[in-house]
Amino acid sequence: MSAATSTAAAAQNPHRLGYRGLGPHPSDHGRSPKRIIVGYGFWIFLLSDFVMFSGFFAAFAVLSGANAGGPSGRELFDIHNIGVETGCLLLSSVACGMASLAVDARNAVWTQLMLMVTGLLGLVFIVLEVREFSGLIDQGAGPQRSAFLSSFFALVGCHGLHVSAGLLWLGTMMAQIYAKGFTPNMIRRFMCFSLFWHALDIIWVGVFTVVYLMGVAR
Amino acid sequence: MHTTTERMGRALTLVAGGMVLASCNEGVLSPKGPIGQAEQTILFNATAIMLAVIIPVIALTLTFAWWFRASNKRARYQPDWEYSGRIEMIVWSIPALVVLFLGGIAWISSHDLDPYKPVQSQVSPVEVNVVSLDWKWLFIYPDKSIASINELTVPVGTPIHFHLTSGTVMNSFFVPQLGSQIYTMAGMTSELNLLADTPGVYRGLSAQFSGDGFSDMHFNVKVVTASDFAAWLAKVRGSGEKLDDVAYQKLLLPGIEPNVRIYGTVDPGIFESILLQPAEGVSPYGAPGRPPHLLSKSES
Amino acid sequence: MLLGKLSLDALPLHEPIPLITSIVLVLGILGILAWITAKGSWPYLWNEWITSVDHKRIGVMYFMLGFVMLLRGFSDAIMMRAQQALAYNAPGYLPPEHYDQIFSAHGSIMIFFVAMPFMIGLMNFVVPLQIGARDVAFPTFNSVSLWLTATGVLLANVSLAVGEFARTGWLAYPPLSELKFSPGVGVDYYLWSLQLSGIGTLMSGINLVTTILKMRAPGMSYTRMPVFCWTALASNLLIVAAFPILTATFAMLLLDRYLGFHFFTNNFGGNPMMYINLIWAWGHPEVYILILPAFGVFSEVISTFSGKPLFGYRSMVAATMAICILSFMVWLHHFFTMGAGADVNGFFGIMTMIIAVPTGVKVFNWLFTMYGGRIRFEVPILWAIGFMVTFVIGGMTGVLMAVPPVDFVLHNSLFLIAHFHNVVIGGVVFGAFAGYTYWFPKAFGFRLHEGLGKAAFWFWLIGFYVAFMPLYVLGLMGMTRRMQHYDVADWQPWLIVAACGAVLILCGIICHIAQLVVSIRTRAQRMDDTGDPWDGRTLEWSTTSPPPAFNFAVVPDVRGEEAYWGAKRKAIQAGRLAEEPKYEAIEMPRNSPTGFVAAFFATITGFALIWHIWWMVLMGLFGAFATFVAFAWRDVEEFEVPAEEVARMDRERRQARLVIVNPELRA
Repeated sequence: MSAATSTAAAAQNPHRLGYRGLGPHPSDHGRSPKRIIVGYGFWIFLLSDFVMFSGFFAAFAVLSGANAGGPSGRELFDIHNIGVETGCLLLSSVACGMASLAVDARNAVWTQLMLMVTGLLGLVFIVLEVREFSGLIDQGAGPQRSAFLSSFFALVGCHGLHVSAGLLWLGTMMAQIYAKGFTPNMIRRFMCFSLFWHALDIIWVGVFTVVYLMGVAR
Repeated sequence: MHTTTERMGRALTLVAGGMVLASCNEGVLSPKGPIGQAEQTILFNATAIMLAVIIPVIALTLTFAWWFRASNKRARYQPDWEYSGRIEMIVWSIPALVVLFLGGIAWISSHDLDPYKPVQSQVSPVEVNVVSLDWKWLFIYPDKSIASINELTVPVGTPIHFHLTSGTVMNSFFVPQLGSQIYTMAGMTSELNLLADTPGVYRGLSAQFSGDGFSDMHFNVKVVTASDFAAWLAKVRGSGEKLDDVAYQKLLLPGIEPNVRIYGTVDPGIFESILLQPAEGVSPYGAPGRPPHLLSKSES
Repeated sequence: MLLGKLSLDALPLHEPIPLITSIVLVLGILGILAWITAKGSWPYLWNEWITSVDHKRIGVMYFMLGFVMLLRGFSDAIMMRAQQALAYNAPGYLPPEHYDQIFSAHGSIMIFFVAMPFMIGLMNFVVPLQIGARDVAFPTFNSVSLWLTATGVLLANVSLAVGEFARTGWLAYPPLSELKFSPGVGVDYYLWSLQLSGIGTLMSGINLVTTILKMRAPGMSYTRMPVFCWTALASNLLIVAAFPILTATFAMLLLDRYLGFHFFTNNFGGNPMMYINLIWAWGHPEVYILILPAFGVFSEVISTFSGKPLFGYRSMVAATMAICILSFMVWLHHFFTMGAGADVNGFFGIMTMIIAVPTGVKVFNWLFTMYGGRIRFEVPILWAIGFMVTFVIGGMTGVLMAVPPVDFVLHNSLFLIAHFHNVVIGGVVFGAFAGYTYWFPKAFGFRLHEGLGKAAFWFWLIGFYVAFMPLYVLGLMGMTRRMQHYDVADWQPWLIVAACGAVLILCGIICHIAQLVVSIRTRAQRMDDTGDPWDGRTLEWSTTSPPPAFNFAVVPDVRGEEAYWGAKRKAIQAGRLAEEPKYEAIEMPRNSPTGFVAAFFATITGFALIWHIWWMVLMGLFGAFATFVAFAWRDVEEFEVPAEEVARMDRERRQARLVIVNPELRA
């Protein structure tokens, strides 16, 4: 079978492996640049993390009524505290955004400053959440009290663990930027960090809506 | 004169034939009630439909593989043939049509043979409450005030309406010759409706693994005539032990029950109180780190 | 509390079978380590394999891991068959507490540590080569994935000698897997081993999805990708979407067991049914994660050895992606008998049947690929034909059980066991062996011994039928799964036949081992000089066998034509190779101990968590974190292969290929 037929046939027969359609094509460029590959891969990781959170959300939805005769959300949740936590997290995202701008401008001082603000606000969030948890446990409304409380502590706690891991990452990254400056690696990693941080914000919006607002309204 | 090979061949055929015959005389292929019968019919019909597809596929696979072998010069080599609209149409349609048909069967039969659906009958049903334990079955006749361990006696031709729960972990109540199984779970009831139309003794078991004594969780279902059933009820009522909470706590201790046990008196509401219990297992489950040896018989 | 729950009690000093097995295994491992030391091979192993971030090396190691675990999983199987053949009105030789561990380990190991590594190994090795890439998107993370899988393997196997394994079955349903009913460390071994290897698998999924979507060679649009890459894409998308559910579900069970939470307990509002829903929401996509790459292997093998392109390429792609999406919509068919009601059961029954449609389409397309071909009966296509015959039977029994009332009498019976072994062995295992034989020459530079390969095939094929067809009959006779003993005389003859089948499969495994040993010893007779031993159609066959670290001297440009097949046809037509390209230096990622060291700390953490040795947990977590910081802190990430070196290697490759365009040279 001739080569000409092979390639011509490939080009024209849409059912054939090798058909490409006419004209230039996005796949003509080949492999994407490293920045895009890293960002894309990190996005996929974030999506997988969303799936994991949705497992905890689903468990919460199923178990939200399972008080086992114990306290329900309405009796336990301090919406005021949650409001402060939400404010901290949202503001920390703003600070992270400012850090992004500073990185774009390659301004080390402002980058570190904004990262510090991001971290501190995140830390306040964690401290408030730990206080909320220990308060609940002290009143006998710990995760062992009922399935509802188990799912509450697991979902909110999972988010808190992610924020804490993010803070650890943030500290390490601040140290690295200090030591190495704005190398392409550091810029890519910072991009991943800010994606992570904003994603945690999105999850938090889901958490305070489904868990706190709907829990209190029940 | 028969050679050794011939003798062996004949013996093997006899054994194989015996095995095949035996396999048709028990279990799912030997239903003794309308539910099991309907399920067997669906199984046969669905199998026939599927075989009509896969036997040709297997035959074609072997035929094509053989005919188009490289050494066969008579076969036409078509190195560029890789698409045919007509074939694609057929290839998508055949599975789609089969699935459409079987899907219809699935939908209709799921409703007809829903375990929750009472069996059509003029006879009023016998109520049985079932509790799966580690590792035995407790059958309670709530309106007859009788209970038994590892044996279920029911009248022929009468719908049996089961409410099932578990005292411990998940099990599955299953009498293959009568039909559907259903899971038993603590803290809730599942329901099952069966009917036996032939007297006899049928094997029941648990179909969901529940621990070390699982293999011994089989029981007999004795299907007797209505008069024999009444006679049996009269005989056992009042005799034997009493099934109250104390007796139930003893049943909760892990162990198998090699013998059938009858309770001639049953606390009313015992089943409801079982439903409310925490079902968290009883302490002789062994210390952490070592596999417990627990096949002792439970205390009477 | 220096050692948590760990004490001498954990050793199986009073149980002969685990004791002897553990001693033999430990001595065997020590023996292998001593041999390696004596030969002075540690530097080579460390530099070339353990710290390698090369997808080809990692793929080979995954596959080797899978094969070693096949031996362990199969030993469990043959022990189970022997026990059941003996245990009519008799206790057999395995008391329940052991038998229960054996069937739980058998299932867990076969799915997580045999089938997954086989498929991930093949995808790792082949996909970058087929898309014209130099490696996967994140090579160091690839190494982490591999070694985390090894962590899971290690923990699961350590349970043989120290402590016990789960006795709950391979999916550990609560309440049986809760602390109250499983107070030992068995379920903890199960959970941590799978949780840790699951992280590795998820990373692998992210890696391969990114690779396939973002790193194809210029001109390789989606409709030019080989079907194996499409099935790899679908499988890895499923990994990314499904494995997080497993992570969350196991986390919930771990919280129940470690911190007294009430997700799945019988009291305080816990809901065991929710576990079953969640675990199967992962579990069903998991079986498609396993079978899709196998389908891809068969597409490649059937088309190559028929000498024809795959029939209905676009339809195959559509069917693959349809299976990918539908696999998320059928999970309830694993528990029709849990009492969901007729509407729910009916819906999921219908959805399960719908997924049979694209699968059936694939079978027909393979059939018509063979039609009009010139089939060369090499070992890979034997596996493919065996698959086509065997898999459709398993598919049939699956569709039968998709009718809920039929499932009501067959659920959890040996009919179910026969069905899933039918599709997993007939599909995944046969696919693994086909892929192994097909790509072995590419990986190692010589072909496998053919006679022993054919013997292995026939033993496996016949052994499979002898071992599992009786189980269909037993299921119909009312025998349920996981029975340690039984009292129905009619069952025993079938179980004896099944045990004989297991012995035949054992012969198949022995043939495979013999094949490998003999092939290595006599490799000079089967060298793959050109890199294209099978007259292949896809890009991996354009490289040398084995390919250089950078895969392609120059990234292939497939804008004008079908990758490789078109170029080969053109070259043969012209009687000469294409022009020599312009060579440039190539940057490749450096090897790194990150994967191995991180997994080392993960293993310590896992073991410490199982035995409640909290200080060791902290130490392990800190070590893992430190490893990542060290990885993140390195300055030099790549090394350069100079252009002259690239040119030299490629000229050798081109020289070896002359014989393809000029067959007269084949003296």
